[in-house]
Amino acid sequence: MSAAIDYLLHLADNALVLGQRNAEWCGHGPILEEDIALSNVSLDLIGQARLLYQLVATLKGGDCTEDKLAYFRETHEFRNYTLLELPHHGPLSGYAQSDLDYGTTIVRNFLYSALMALLWEALEKSANADLAAIAAKSLKEVRYHLRHSRDWLVRLGDGTDESHARVQASLDHLFPYTQEFWVQSPAEAAAIAAGIGVDVTTLRADWDAIVDAALAEATLQRPAVGGYVTEGKRGIHSEHLGFLLAEMQSLARAHPNGVW
Amino acid sequence: MRSGVEAAWAVLEELTDPEIPVISLRELGILRDVRQAADGLEVVITPTYSGCPAMGQIEDDVKATLARAGIAARVVTQLAPAWTTDWMTEAGKEKLRAYGIAPPHQTPAGSNVVRFISKPAAAETVPCPHCGSARTVESSHFGSTACKALYKCLDCQEPFDYFKPY
Repeated sequence: MSAAIDYLLHLADNALVLGQRNAEWCGHGPILEEDIALSNVSLDLIGQARLLYQLVATLKGGDCTEDKLAYFRETHEFRNYTLLELPHHGPLSGYAQSDLDYGTTIVRNFLYSALMALLWEALEKSANADLAAIAAKSLKEVRYHLRHSRDWLVRLGDGTDESHARVQASLDHLFPYTQEFWVQSPAEAAAIAAGIGVDVTTLRADWDAIVDAALAEATLQRPAVGGYVTEGKRGIHSEHLGFLLAEMQSLARAHPNGVW
Repeated sequence: MRSGVEAAWAVLEELTDPEIPVISLRELGILRDVRQAADGLEVVITPTYSGCPAMGQIEDDVKATLARAGIAARVVTQLAPAWTTDWMTEAGKEKLRAYGIAPPHQTPAGSNVVRFISKPAAAETVPCPHCGSARTVESSHFGSTACKALYKCLDCQEPFDYFKPY
């Protein structure tokens, strides 16, 4: 039971945190079509998070609800990949302001969607029937997210000198964070042992193939990785998650149990 | 005297999608079943996209319609099998086209992800719902809602939505 809860929270937090990040583009997209596209991707992600949180709430029982899980947990209780909480620009401290950079958004969505397309597909066979049902729905959605982000990756990479340089810089910045995908957390190990979860390292060759093909088409260089491996999925986050949660959770905390 | 199940089907038949008010929930494949459970009537619906904001409205509409007809029933949301646009009826697709939305193609067989992305979306011909021309291009993967893509007709120049296969 606990193995399932921890694993489901990891999947749910991934979807919610990236959904919240991408929603920052709502009303600020570089063009109207992309404003709408990013908002729709966010809706899908937040919808996936809701289904997963609802399942966790059912497993936990008592007075646990999806809203309590989303709005009343603290930073260290979130289990998302660090990659997903980073702001839409290069490395800056948490309170620093910078223009949102669309290349960063696209690169992150591509790297994550490529993983989740494979992971949701594999999770359709999860021993947890409810998770398998959510995976089947999410797979249909993430394929469109992957297609969208891949398309723009190619357009920006194989675009102008300016767009190429900027999207390469985003890739150089974000790629090392994908190392976290491949280092198993205790929650993942427990879920795999219980037949609920999937060992993502078995998906790595396919992920590499998707990424390499897209980067080649986009004329981008795959960065070398190394150095610090982030541990967001173990609750050890960058300084950015707190700022994101503070904004996301403020309304629910100012009006607990509010209904409108 | 009709059974409760038949009566419920009959009143729900008229209920349309809140976002696309020309197509019924049954034609969309959202209304899955009406059945007699041990403790009363059960109406089974399934969500479309995980984050579709219309789902809450749909559940409310189903409950209100049943209540107006004096039918006591529970509304059950069922995730599996996952909703697919392949469940949309031919009559429903025709209504979409008449409304100006190109209906979805059949979903590709199998769900292999690598194959899905390697096939460019542009390779699918989506006929213009206004003039019928096959000379159309995709302007954006996402249209006014997550379930649609934005297209443009090169002949009549009209933009239109394409209901994506799901």
